[in-house]
Amino acid sequence: MRGWLTATLVAAHRLTATARGLTFSVPDWPGSDAGQHLDLRLTAPDGYQAVRSYSIASVGPGSEVELAVERLPDGEVSPFLVDELELGDGVELRGPLGGWFVWRPGDTRPVQLIAGGSGVVPFVAMMRSHARAGSAAPMRLLYSLRTPEGAYFRDELSQPGPHVTTTYHYTRAAPPGWSRAAGRLTAEDLERATLPPSDGPLTYICGPTGFVEAITAALTTLGHSPDTIRTERFGGT
Amino acid sequence: MAVFGGRRRADDPDLPPGQYLTHDFPVLSAGPTPTIDPDDWEFSIRTETGGIHRWSWPELLALPSEDITVDIHCVTSWSKLGTGWRGVSLDTLFADVETGLDFVMAHSYGGYTTNLILDELLDGQAWIAYEYDGEPLAPEHGGPARLLVPHLYFWKSAKWVRRLVMQSEDHPGFWEQYGYHLHGDPWREERYA
Repeated sequence: MRGWLTATLVAAHRLTATARGLTFSVPDWPGSDAGQHLDLRLTAPDGYQAVRSYSIASVGPGSEVELAVERLPDGEVSPFLVDELELGDGVELRGPLGGWFVWRPGDTRPVQLIAGGSGVVPFVAMMRSHARAGSAAPMRLLYSLRTPEGAYFRDELSQPGPHVTTTYHYTRAAPPGWSRAAGRLTAEDLERATLPPSDGPLTYICGPTGFVEAITAALTTLGHSPDTIRTERFGGT
Repeated sequence: MAVFGGRRRADDPDLPPGQYLTHDFPVLSAGPTPTIDPDDWEFSIRTETGGIHRWSWPELLALPSEDITVDIHCVTSWSKLGTGWRGVSLDTLFADVETGLDFVMAHSYGGYTTNLILDELLDGQAWIAYEYDGEPLAPEHGGPARLLVPHLYFWKSAKWVRRLVMQSEDHPGFWEQYGYHLHGDPWREERYA
């Protein structure tokens, strides 16, 4: 059983109106692969504890761990992390966890990443890993958002490296002059904005359950083999 | 310094350590939800002699079924109490299966696997479930049928189950190979190896 590590908040910035980037110093952090997640534990003065899982935006060795946390309307942990946690405050982390929804720089296959909303976080780590390694594997991100204001890490994701592209898609409101009216991602959108099956891509999808179900169904219809698609979902039915 | 208050504070004796209550039904799957036509569906148990016991979809539905009300616990810390299922007990499915082996690998449509101990699947501890909350089990929750082993973390309750293969050792399944606990008892917090 791996143990809990002490983590101190050393940097924080507002990502959107409802999300915050948090960087923790974790002296005993073993490093992580791009796409892994961790458990975060908060303890109240009376000993009550709450644990939640978060994807990790940072990657590789080093003792700093970056998260991007969306405030859930009825959340117990996320509002505290987004609105209250102060620099110098401590939390406990356990991880990194998961070895399936990861991308490692040694993999030379083309990579298609498809994010719904806050599901972009593991892909931030994958794009950082790709850039750091100078990978020549084609990597494409399709980032589906309700509105332009909801984008996490827009500056970083919009200036990717030579083999990386980011395409934005908006479901509720698009910027003025945007080429596609706001609406749900369709099979036609996917055909236009993602790597085709003939390129032999490995496709990663992360987002709300309904989003992931719809995208995976459309991709298999387009001819992608289910065993080339990896998913991570959040939320229920 | 910000002080965490916490809101739920459910001192619920039915909640294992480190779990919180949820009322919706989160979905966690490693890949796409497979589309399975009941006409093509088959469930089987394979033993060390190569013997195979098979059930088609109509054959499964023809077996005695049970209403099951159980608490379920996901390793990602949510628990859902009093969930209602309908399915066939593994006691029924194993009634004519002869094996000297102690361990089981569950295989699913889509390629997922998870390892289990045979003793923990018998005596009313596990089912092949095909209804949830009075309705046919939805594909994203494992339909048409999933394994239901509620006393272990829910990754052990393999969705889209198609085959149980007896094994001589407790070889790890899919998540178990990625660092999750071989056994997965929520009351002992057996989350990670």
